Amino acid sequence: MNNATQQNSKGVSVQVRGLRRSFGGQEVLKGIDLEVRPGEIFVLMGPSGSGKSVLLKHVIGLETPDAGEILINGESILADGVMDKHRMALVFQSGALLNSLTVGENVGLYLSEHNLNTPEEIARIVSEKLEVVGLKGTEDKSPGDLSGGMKKRVAIARALVIEPQLILYDEPTSELDPVSAVVIGREIRDLNRRIGVTSLVVSHDRDLAFGIAHRIAVINEGNIIAIGAPDEIKRSHHPVIQNFLNADFNLE
Amino acid sequence: MFQNIGEMFLLFLRSVKALPLAWRQRKKVFEQLFEIGNASLLMVCVLSFFLGGVLALQTGPMLVERGLTNYVSGLVGNSLARELAPIMMSILIAGRIGSSMAAEIGSMRVYQEIDALRTMNIDPVHYLVMPRVIAIGIALPMLVTFSILVGWLGGAVVAAATAQIDIPFRSFFSTLHELVEVGDVAHGVFKSFCFALIIGTVSCHQGLVTRGGPRGIGRSVTKAVVNSIVLIVIFDYVLTRVLLD
Repeated sequence: MNNATQQNSKGVSVQVRGLRRSFGGQEVLKGIDLEVRPGEIFVLMGPSGSGKSVLLKHVIGLETPDAGEILINGESILADGVMDKHRMALVFQSGALLNSLTVGENVGLYLSEHNLNTPEEIARIVSEKLEVVGLKGTEDKSPGDLSGGMKKRVAIARALVIEPQLILYDEPTSELDPVSAVVIGREIRDLNRRIGVTSLVVSHDRDLAFGIAHRIAVINEGNIIAIGAPDEIKRSHHPVIQNFLNADFNLE
Repeated sequence: MFQNIGEMFLLFLRSVKALPLAWRQRKKVFEQLFEIGNASLLMVCVLSFFLGGVLALQTGPMLVERGLTNYVSGLVGNSLARELAPIMMSILIAGRIGSSMAAEIGSMRVYQEIDALRTMNIDPVHYLVMPRVIAIGIALPMLVTFSILVGWLGGAVVAAATAQIDIPFRSFFSTLHELVEVGDVAHGVFKSFCFALIIGTVSCHQGLVTRGGPRGIGRSVTKAVVNSIVLIVIFDYVLTRVLLD
Protein backbone atom coordinates (compact mmCIF):
# COMPACT_ATOMS: atom_id res chain seq x y z
CA MET A 1 0.00 0.00 0.00
CA ASN A 2 2.94 2.24 0.34
CA ASN A 3 5.62 3.21 -2.06
CA ALA A 4 9.06 2.26 -0.87
CA THR A 5 10.47 5.59 -2.02
CA GLN A 6 10.13 8.26 0.63
CA GLN A 7 9.07 11.62 -0.72
CA ASN A 8 7.70 14.80 0.73
CA SER A 9 4.05 14.32 1.40
CA LYS A 10 1.40 15.84 -0.84
CA GLY A 11 -2.22 14.99 -0.35
CA VAL A 12 -4.20 12.78 -2.70
CA SER A 13 -7.89 12.85 -3.53
CA VAL A 14 -10.27 10.04 -2.57
CA GLN A 15 -13.50 9.30 -4.39
CA VAL A 16 -15.99 6.72 -3.18
CA ARG A 17 -18.64 5.73 -5.71
CA GLY A 18 -21.70 3.61 -5.01
CA LEU A 19 -19.97 1.61 -2.28
CA ARG A 20 -22.03 -1.28 -0.94
CA ARG A 21 -21.10 -3.89 1.62
CA SER A 22 -23.08 -6.51 3.54
CA PHE A 23 -22.08 -8.73 6.44
CA GLY A 24 -24.15 -11.85 7.09
CA GLY A 25 -27.07 -10.58 5.00
CA GLN A 26 -27.14 -7.19 6.73
CA GLU A 27 -26.27 -4.28 4.45
CA VAL A 28 -23.87 -1.99 6.32
CA LEU A 29 -22.97 0.37 3.46
CA LYS A 30 -25.86 1.15 1.12
CA GLY A 31 -24.29 2.92 -1.84
CA ILE A 32 -21.91 5.51 -0.40
CA ASP A 33 -20.81 8.41 -2.63
CA LEU A 34 -18.33 11.00 -1.43
CA GLU A 35 -15.20 12.85 -2.46
CA VAL A 36 -12.29 13.94 -0.30
CA ARG A 37 -10.21 16.71 -1.89
CA PRO A 38 -6.41 16.72 -1.83
CA GLY A 39 -5.01 18.21 1.37
CA GLU A 40 -8.30 18.65 3.21
CA ILE A 41 -9.42 17.36 6.59
CA PHE A 42 -12.63 15.49 5.92
CA VAL A 43 -14.54 14.21 8.92
CA LEU A 44 -17.01 11.39 8.55
CA MET A 45 -19.39 11.72 11.45
CA GLY A 46 -22.26 9.60 12.60
CA PRO A 47 -23.65 7.51 15.42
CA SER A 48 -22.04 4.21 16.50
CA GLY A 49 -22.79 1.34 14.13
CA SER A 50 -23.52 3.59 11.16
CA GLY A 51 -20.75 2.06 9.00
CA LYS A 52 -18.00 4.68 9.45
CA SER A 53 -15.14 2.33 10.35
CA VAL A 54 -16.18 -0.19 7.69
CA LEU A 55 -15.94 2.56 5.08
CA LEU A 56 -12.46 3.48 6.33
CA LYS A 57 -11.28 -0.14 6.06
CA HIS A 58 -12.49 -0.21 2.45
CA VAL A 59 -10.52 2.93 1.61
CA ILE A 60 -7.24 1.40 2.82
CA GLY A 61 -7.98 -1.98 1.22
CA LEU A 62 -8.57 -4.07 4.36
CA GLU A 63 -12.07 -4.90 3.11
CA THR A 64 -13.36 -5.60 -0.40
CA PRO A 65 -16.66 -4.01 -1.45
CA ASP A 66 -19.63 -6.00 -2.77
CA ALA A 67 -20.27 -3.21 -5.29
CA GLY A 68 -18.95 0.25 -6.12
CA GLU A 69 -15.42 1.55 -6.31
CA ILE A 70 -12.86 3.69 -4.52
CA LEU A 71 -10.53 5.92 -6.50
CA ILE A 72 -7.29 7.45 -5.27
CA ASN A 73 -6.26 10.38 -7.48
CA GLY A 74 -8.75 9.07 -10.05
CA GLU A 75 -7.43 5.47 -10.13
CA SER A 76 -9.32 2.50 -8.70
CA ILE A 77 -7.60 0.96 -5.68
CA LEU A 78 -8.32 -2.47 -7.16
CA ALA A 79 -6.19 -1.72 -10.24
CA ASP A 80 -2.68 -3.20 -10.27
CA GLY A 81 -0.08 -1.14 -8.45
CA VAL A 82 -2.38 1.69 -7.35
CA MET A 83 -2.14 0.87 -3.63
CA ASP A 84 1.67 0.64 -3.97
CA LYS A 85 1.84 3.94 -5.80
CA HIS A 86 0.26 6.04 -3.02
CA ARG A 87 1.45 6.18 0.57
CA MET A 88 -1.43 5.71 2.98
CA ALA A 89 -1.64 5.11 6.69
CA LEU A 90 -4.42 4.18 9.07
CA VAL A 91 -4.41 5.24 12.72
CA PHE A 92 -6.51 2.59 14.41
CA GLN A 93 -9.02 3.33 17.15
CA SER A 94 -7.02 1.23 19.61
CA GLY A 95 -3.67 2.34 18.20
CA ALA A 96 -3.02 -1.31 17.20
CA LEU A 97 0.60 -1.09 18.34
CA LEU A 98 2.45 -4.41 18.29
CA ASN A 99 2.68 -5.35 21.96
CA SER A 100 5.73 -7.54 21.42
CA LEU A 101 7.76 -4.53 20.23
CA THR A 102 8.94 -1.38 22.00
CA VAL A 103 7.55 2.04 21.09
CA GLY A 104 10.65 2.78 18.99
CA GLU A 105 10.43 -0.56 17.15
CA ASN A 106 6.74 0.05 16.47
CA VAL A 107 7.38 3.48 15.00
CA GLY A 108 10.31 2.28 12.89
CA LEU A 109 8.67 -0.99 11.82
CA TYR A 110 7.80 0.16 8.30
CA LEU A 111 11.36 1.31 7.63
CA SER A 112 13.06 -1.73 9.15
CA GLU A 113 10.79 -4.32 7.52
CA HIS A 114 11.20 -2.74 4.08
CA ASN A 115 14.96 -2.24 4.59
CA LEU A 116 14.67 1.43 3.68
CA ASN A 117 17.28 2.85 6.06
CA THR A 118 20.21 1.84 8.21
CA PRO A 119 19.46 1.15 11.91
CA GLU A 120 21.10 4.49 12.85
CA GLU A 121 18.95 6.42 10.37
CA ILE A 122 15.83 4.58 11.56
CA ALA A 123 16.64 5.52 15.18
CA ARG A 124 17.00 9.17 14.13
CA ILE A 125 13.74 9.19 12.16
CA VAL A 126 11.88 7.44 15.00
CA SER A 127 13.14 10.02 17.51
CA GLU A 128 12.15 12.82 15.12
CA LYS A 129 8.60 11.50 14.62
CA LEU A 130 8.10 10.86 18.33
CA GLU A 131 9.15 14.44 18.98
CA VAL A 132 6.52 15.64 16.50
CA VAL A 133 3.81 13.95 18.60
CA GLY A 134 5.36 15.12 21.88
CA LEU A 135 6.69 11.74 23.00
CA LYS A 136 10.45 12.14 22.62
CA GLY A 137 12.44 9.73 24.76
CA THR A 138 9.78 7.01 24.95
CA GLU A 139 11.52 4.75 22.40
CA ASP A 140 12.35 2.00 24.89
CA LYS A 141 8.98 1.86 26.58
CA SER A 142 6.56 -0.97 26.00
CA PRO A 143 3.11 -0.12 24.53
CA GLY A 144 1.64 -1.64 27.69
CA ASP A 145 3.23 1.15 29.75
CA LEU A 146 1.46 3.91 27.78
CA SER A 147 -1.89 5.61 28.40
CA GLY A 148 -4.64 5.49 25.73
CA GLY A 149 -3.76 8.99 24.48
CA MET A 150 -0.04 8.19 24.28
CA LYS A 151 -0.77 5.00 22.33
CA LYS A 152 -2.75 7.01 19.80
CA ARG A 153 0.07 9.51 19.46
CA VAL A 154 2.57 6.69 18.94
CA ALA A 155 0.22 5.29 16.28
CA ILE A 156 0.25 8.73 14.61
CA ALA A 157 4.07 8.77 14.77
CA ARG A 158 4.11 5.31 13.17
CA ALA A 159 1.86 6.64 10.40
CA LEU A 160 4.11 9.69 9.90
CA VAL A 161 7.17 7.51 9.25
CA ILE A 162 5.50 6.40 6.02
CA GLU A 163 5.31 10.09 4.99
CA PRO A 164 1.73 9.47 3.91
CA GLN A 165 -0.27 11.28 1.28
CA LEU A 166 -3.45 10.11 2.98
CA ILE A 167 -3.96 9.49 6.70
CA LEU A 168 -7.10 7.75 7.88
CA TYR A 169 -8.02 8.17 11.54
CA ASP A 170 -10.49 5.75 13.12
CA GLU A 171 -12.15 7.40 16.15
CA PRO A 172 -8.97 9.24 17.18
CA THR A 173 -10.46 10.75 20.36
CA SER A 174 -12.54 7.85 21.64
CA GLU A 175 -11.69 6.74 25.19
CA LEU A 176 -9.70 9.94 25.76
CA ASP A 177 -10.21 12.66 28.34
CA PRO A 178 -11.12 16.11 26.90
CA VAL A 179 -7.56 17.48 27.25
CA SER A 180 -5.99 14.51 25.44
CA ALA A 181 -8.72 14.73 22.79
CA VAL A 182 -7.78 18.37 22.13
CA VAL A 183 -4.08 17.39 21.87
CA ILE A 184 -4.91 14.72 19.27
CA GLY A 185 -7.15 17.15 17.38
CA ARG A 186 -4.31 19.68 17.26
CA GLU A 187 -1.91 16.99 16.00
CA ILE A 188 -4.27 16.16 13.14
CA ARG A 189 -4.67 19.82 12.17
CA ASP A 190 -0.93 20.63 12.51
CA LEU A 191 0.08 17.65 10.38
CA ASN A 192 -2.38 18.68 7.73
CA ARG A 193 -0.95 22.22 7.68
CA ARG A 194 2.69 21.15 7.86
CA ILE A 195 2.82 18.37 5.24
CA GLY A 196 -0.40 18.95 3.29
CA VAL A 197 -1.58 15.40 3.90
CA THR A 198 -5.18 14.52 3.09
CA SER A 199 -6.90 13.45 6.31
CA LEU A 200 -10.03 11.33 6.48
CA VAL A 201 -11.25 11.22 10.06
CA VAL A 202 -13.99 8.95 11.29
CA SER A 203 -15.51 10.11 14.56
CA HIS A 204 -18.67 10.63 16.54
CA ASP A 205 -16.96 13.38 18.55
CA ARG A 206 -18.85 16.58 17.63
CA ASP A 207 -16.24 18.90 19.16
CA LEU A 208 -13.42 17.28 17.19
CA ALA A 209 -15.38 17.33 13.94
CA PHE A 210 -16.34 21.01 14.16
CA GLY A 211 -12.93 21.96 15.52
CA ILE A 212 -10.69 20.53 12.77
CA ALA A 213 -12.78 19.69 9.68
CA HIS A 214 -12.71 21.54 6.39
CA ARG A 215 -15.75 19.50 5.39
CA ILE A 216 -17.98 17.03 7.20
CA ALA A 217 -20.11 14.15 5.95
CA VAL A 218 -22.79 12.64 8.16
CA ILE A 219 -23.47 8.94 7.76
CA ASN A 220 -26.49 7.18 9.17
CA GLU A 221 -27.51 3.53 8.72
CA GLY A 222 -25.12 3.08 5.80
CA ASN A 223 -26.16 6.21 3.88
CA ILE A 224 -24.53 9.64 3.61
CA ILE A 225 -27.26 12.07 4.62
CA ALA A 226 -25.32 15.35 4.37
CA ILE A 227 -21.96 16.69 3.15
CA GLY A 228 -20.72 20.23 3.60
CA ALA A 229 -18.66 22.75 5.52
CA PRO A 230 -19.06 22.61 9.32
CA ASP A 231 -21.39 25.65 9.29
CA GLU A 232 -23.60 24.07 6.62
CA ILE A 233 -23.90 20.87 8.67
CA LYS A 234 -24.80 22.89 11.76
CA ARG A 235 -27.55 24.64 9.80
CA SER A 236 -28.97 21.40 8.40
CA HIS A 237 -32.61 20.72 9.27
CA HIS A 238 -32.28 16.96 8.78
CA PRO A 239 -33.87 15.43 11.92
CA VAL A 240 -31.11 12.80 12.35
CA ILE A 241 -28.40 15.50 12.16
CA GLN A 242 -30.26 17.79 14.53
CA ASN A 243 -30.79 14.91 16.92
CA PHE A 244 -27.09 13.94 16.68
CA LEU A 245 -25.83 17.49 17.16
CA ASN A 246 -28.18 18.47 19.95
CA ALA A 247 -28.22 15.30 22.05
CA ASP A 248 -27.51 16.10 25.70
CA PHE A 249 -28.12 14.75 29.19
CA ASN A 250 -31.27 16.77 29.81
CA LEU A 251 -33.48 13.91 30.98
CA GLU A 252 -36.47 15.97 32.12
CA MET B 1 -13.32 -28.70 7.17
CA PHE B 2 -12.09 -29.05 3.57
CA GLN B 3 -11.92 -25.24 3.30
CA ASN B 4 -9.71 -25.20 6.41
CA ILE B 5 -7.42 -27.88 5.00
CA GLY B 6 -7.18 -25.96 1.73
CA GLU B 7 -6.39 -22.71 3.55
CA MET B 8 -3.73 -24.42 5.66
CA PHE B 9 -2.14 -25.94 2.57
CA LEU B 10 -2.06 -22.54 0.88
CA LEU B 11 -0.59 -20.95 4.02
CA PHE B 12 2.13 -23.62 4.05
CA LEU B 13 2.91 -22.97 0.37
CA ARG B 14 3.09 -19.22 1.01
CA SER B 15 5.47 -19.85 3.92
CA VAL B 16 7.67 -22.00 1.70
CA LYS B 17 7.57 -19.33 -1.01
CA ALA B 18 8.69 -16.78 1.60
CA LEU B 19 11.79 -18.85 2.54
CA PRO B 20 14.20 -16.63 0.56
CA LEU B 21 13.30 -13.86 3.04
CA ALA B 22 14.25 -16.04 6.01
CA TRP B 23 17.65 -14.39 6.53
CA ARG B 24 16.01 -11.01 6.95
CA GLN B 25 13.72 -12.51 9.62
CA ARG B 26 16.58 -14.36 11.37
CA LYS B 27 16.11 -12.41 14.60
CA LYS B 28 12.53 -13.61 14.87
CA VAL B 29 13.56 -17.18 14.00
CA PHE B 30 16.16 -17.12 16.83
CA GLU B 31 13.62 -15.66 19.26
CA GLN B 32 11.18 -18.45 18.42
CA LEU B 33 13.92 -21.09 18.66
CA PHE B 34 14.82 -19.82 22.13
CA GLU B 35 11.15 -19.76 23.12
CA ILE B 36 10.58 -23.35 21.96
CA GLY B 37 13.83 -24.71 23.46
CA ASN B 38 13.54 -22.80 26.71
CA ALA B 39 9.91 -23.77 27.23
CA SER B 40 10.28 -27.42 26.34
CA LEU B 41 13.74 -28.79 27.14
CA LEU B 42 13.12 -29.72 30.77
CA MET B 43 9.73 -31.25 29.99
CA VAL B 44 11.22 -33.22 27.08
CA CYS B 45 13.99 -34.46 29.36
CA VAL B 46 11.69 -35.68 32.15
CA LEU B 47 9.09 -37.16 29.79
CA SER B 48 11.67 -39.01 27.68
CA PHE B 49 13.57 -40.44 30.64
CA PHE B 50 10.44 -41.95 32.15
CA LEU B 51 9.12 -43.04 28.75
CA GLY B 52 12.30 -45.07 28.17
CA GLY B 53 12.16 -46.34 31.74
CA VAL B 54 8.56 -47.53 31.59
CA LEU B 55 9.16 -49.17 28.21
CA ALA B 56 12.04 -51.17 29.70
CA LEU B 57 9.93 -52.00 32.75
CA GLN B 58 6.95 -53.24 30.69
CA THR B 59 8.88 -55.33 28.17
CA GLY B 60 12.10 -56.28 30.03
CA PRO B 61 10.85 -58.96 32.49
CA MET B 62 8.79 -60.67 29.76
CA LEU B 63 11.71 -60.85 27.31
CA VAL B 64 14.23 -61.90 29.98
CA GLU B 65 11.88 -64.68 31.15
CA ARG B 66 11.84 -66.07 27.59
CA GLY B 67 15.61 -65.83 27.21
CA LEU B 68 15.49 -62.79 24.94
CA THR B 69 17.60 -60.53 27.20
CA ASN B 70 19.55 -59.14 24.23
CA TYR B 71 16.38 -57.78 22.66
CA VAL B 72 15.38 -55.53 25.58
CA SER B 73 17.65 -52.68 24.50
CA GLY B 74 16.75 -53.22 20.83
CA LEU B 75 13.05 -52.98 21.58
CA VAL B 76 13.42 -49.94 23.81
CA GLY B 77 15.83 -48.28 21.38
CA ASN B 78 13.82 -48.89 18.23
CA SER B 79 10.42 -48.06 19.73
CA LEU B 80 11.73 -44.77 21.02
CA ALA B 81 13.64 -43.82 17.88
CA ARG B 82 11.05 -44.75 15.29
CA GLU B 83 7.78 -44.03 17.04
CA LEU B 84 7.45 -42.97 20.65
CA ALA B 85 9.87 -40.06 20.81
CA PRO B 86 8.64 -38.38 17.58
CA ILE B 87 4.96 -38.74 18.33
CA MET B 88 5.08 -37.99 22.06
CA MET B 89 7.33 -34.96 21.64
CA SER B 90 5.21 -33.66 18.75
CA ILE B 91 2.06 -33.94 20.86
CA LEU B 92 3.86 -32.20 23.73
CA ILE B 93 5.05 -29.39 21.44
CA ALA B 94 1.59 -29.08 19.86
CA GLY B 95 0.20 -28.49 23.35
CA ARG B 96 2.96 -26.24 24.59
CA ILE B 97 4.13 -24.28 21.53
CA GLY B 98 1.25 -24.70 19.05
CA SER B 99 -1.18 -23.30 21.60
CA SER B 100 1.09 -20.36 22.32
CA MET B 101 1.49 -19.60 18.58
CA ALA B 102 -2.27 -19.70 18.02
CA ALA B 103 -2.92 -17.51 21.08
CA GLU B 104 -0.28 -14.92 20.15
CA ILE B 105 -1.31 -14.59 16.50
CA GLY B 106 -5.00 -14.83 17.46
CA SER B 107 -4.72 -11.94 19.90
CA MET B 108 -2.81 -9.92 17.28
CA ARG B 109 -5.68 -10.58 14.91
CA VAL B 110 -8.37 -9.62 17.44
CA TYR B 111 -6.56 -6.45 18.53
CA GLN B 112 -6.00 -5.34 14.89
CA GLU B 113 -2.21 -5.68 15.01
CA ILE B 114 -2.34 -7.83 11.87
CA ASP B 115 -4.47 -5.22 10.10
CA ALA B 116 -1.85 -2.65 11.15
CA LEU B 117 0.87 -4.79 9.52
CA ARG B 118 -1.19 -4.99 6.32
CA THR B 119 -1.63 -1.23 6.17
CA MET B 120 2.18 -0.94 6.32
CA ASN B 121 2.45 -3.39 3.43
CA ILE B 122 4.03 -6.00 5.72
CA ASP B 123 2.84 -9.49 4.83
CA PRO B 124 1.76 -11.33 8.02
CA VAL B 125 2.93 -14.61 6.44
CA HIS B 126 6.46 -13.24 6.02
CA TYR B 127 6.48 -11.48 9.38
CA LEU B 128 4.65 -13.95 11.64
CA VAL B 129 4.14 -17.36 10.03
CA MET B 130 7.36 -18.13 8.16
CA PRO B 131 9.73 -17.47 11.12
CA ARG B 132 7.59 -19.68 13.38
CA VAL B 133 7.39 -22.54 10.88
CA ILE B 134 11.17 -22.42 10.33
CA ALA B 135 11.88 -22.30 14.08
CA ILE B 136 9.63 -25.23 14.93
CA GLY B 137 10.97 -27.13 11.88
CA ILE B 138 14.49 -26.81 13.33
CA ALA B 139 13.63 -27.17 17.02
CA LEU B 140 11.34 -30.20 17.02
CA PRO B 141 13.77 -32.61 15.23
CA MET B 142 16.51 -31.44 17.62
CA LEU B 143 14.26 -32.01 20.64
CA VAL B 144 13.31 -35.45 19.29
CA THR B 145 16.99 -36.42 18.84
CA PHE B 146 17.61 -35.31 22.41
CA SER B 147 14.48 -37.17 23.56
CA ILE B 148 15.67 -40.42 21.92
CA LEU B 149 19.04 -40.20 23.71
CA VAL B 150 17.47 -39.39 27.10
CA GLY B 151 14.86 -42.14 26.59
CA TRP B 152 17.61 -44.69 25.93
CA LEU B 153 19.34 -43.51 29.09
CA GLY B 154 16.08 -43.92 31.07
CA GLY B 155 15.63 -47.45 29.64
CA ALA B 156 19.24 -48.37 30.51
CA VAL B 157 18.93 -47.08 34.09
CA VAL B 158 15.68 -48.97 34.69
CA ALA B 159 17.04 -52.14 33.04
CA ALA B 160 20.07 -52.03 35.31
CA ALA B 161 18.17 -51.15 38.47
CA THR B 162 15.29 -53.63 38.11
CA ALA B 163 16.00 -57.06 39.55
CA GLN B 164 13.78 -58.96 37.03
CA ILE B 165 15.68 -57.43 34.10
CA ASP B 166 19.17 -56.88 35.50
CA ILE B 167 21.00 -55.82 32.34
CA PRO B 168 24.24 -53.93 33.08
CA PHE B 169 24.42 -50.39 31.81
CA ARG B 170 27.31 -51.04 29.35
CA SER B 171 25.75 -54.24 28.07
CA PHE B 172 22.44 -52.41 27.40
CA PHE B 173 24.21 -49.83 25.23
CA SER B 174 26.44 -52.33 23.43
CA THR B 175 23.45 -54.44 22.27
CA LEU B 176 21.55 -51.23 21.49
CA HIS B 177 24.46 -50.22 19.26
CA GLU B 178 24.19 -53.56 17.44
CA LEU B 179 20.41 -53.55 17.00
CA VAL B 180 19.54 -49.89 16.38
CA GLU B 181 20.86 -48.27 13.22
CA VAL B 182 21.37 -44.63 12.35
CA GLY B 183 18.52 -45.09 9.83
CA ASP B 184 16.11 -45.85 12.67
CA VAL B 185 16.93 -42.55 14.35
CA ALA B 186 16.76 -40.73 10.99
CA HIS B 187 13.30 -42.29 10.44
CA GLY B 188 12.02 -40.73 13.69
CA VAL B 189 13.74 -37.41 13.16
CA PHE B 190 12.33 -37.10 9.63
CA LYS B 191 8.82 -37.83 10.89
CA SER B 192 9.22 -35.20 13.61
CA PHE B 193 10.25 -32.64 10.97
CA CYS B 194 6.99 -33.34 9.08
CA PHE B 195 5.01 -33.08 12.34
CA ALA B 196 6.71 -29.75 13.09
CA LEU B 197 5.50 -28.34 9.78
CA ILE B 198 1.99 -29.55 10.62
CA ILE B 199 2.04 -27.92 14.10
CA GLY B 200 3.47 -24.63 12.79
CA THR B 201 1.04 -24.36 9.89
CA VAL B 202 -2.09 -25.46 11.77
CA SER B 203 -1.38 -23.21 14.78
CA CYS B 204 -0.54 -20.11 12.72
CA HIS B 205 -3.60 -20.69 10.52
CA GLN B 206 -5.88 -20.95 13.54
CA GLY B 207 -4.36 -17.73 14.88
CA LEU B 208 -4.91 -15.90 11.60
CA VAL B 209 -8.57 -16.92 11.30
CA THR B 210 -9.44 -15.97 14.89
CA ARG B 211 -12.72 -14.05 15.18
CA GLY B 212 -14.32 -12.32 18.14
CA GLY B 213 -12.71 -11.46 21.47
CA PRO B 214 -11.01 -13.56 24.17
CA ARG B 215 -13.49 -16.39 23.65
CA GLY B 216 -12.47 -16.53 19.98
CA ILE B 217 -8.82 -16.74 20.99
CA GLY B 218 -9.64 -19.62 23.37
CA ARG B 219 -11.48 -21.45 20.59
CA SER B 220 -8.55 -21.00 18.21
CA VAL B 221 -6.07 -22.34 20.76
CA THR B 222 -8.18 -25.45 21.38
CA LYS B 223 -8.65 -26.03 17.65
CA ALA B 224 -4.94 -25.54 16.98
CA VAL B 225 -3.95 -28.22 19.50
CA VAL B 226 -6.70 -30.72 18.64
CA ASN B 227 -6.29 -30.37 14.86
CA SER B 228 -2.51 -30.63 15.15
CA ILE B 229 -2.73 -33.85 17.19
CA VAL B 230 -5.29 -35.42 14.84
CA LEU B 231 -3.17 -34.58 11.78
CA ILE B 232 0.02 -35.80 13.50
CA VAL B 233 -1.56 -39.21 14.23
CA ILE B 234 -2.92 -39.54 10.68
CA PHE B 235 0.37 -38.47 9.08
CA ASP B 236 2.28 -40.76 11.44
CA TYR B 237 0.51 -43.74 9.92
CA VAL B 238 0.96 -42.47 6.35
CA LEU B 239 4.66 -41.64 6.81
CA THR B 240 5.41 -44.91 8.60
CA ARG B 241 3.72 -46.82 5.81
CA VAL B 242 5.66 -44.93 3.13
CA LEU B 243 9.00 -45.18 4.97
CA LEU B 244 8.56 -48.90 5.68
CA ASP B 245 7.69 -49.62 2.04
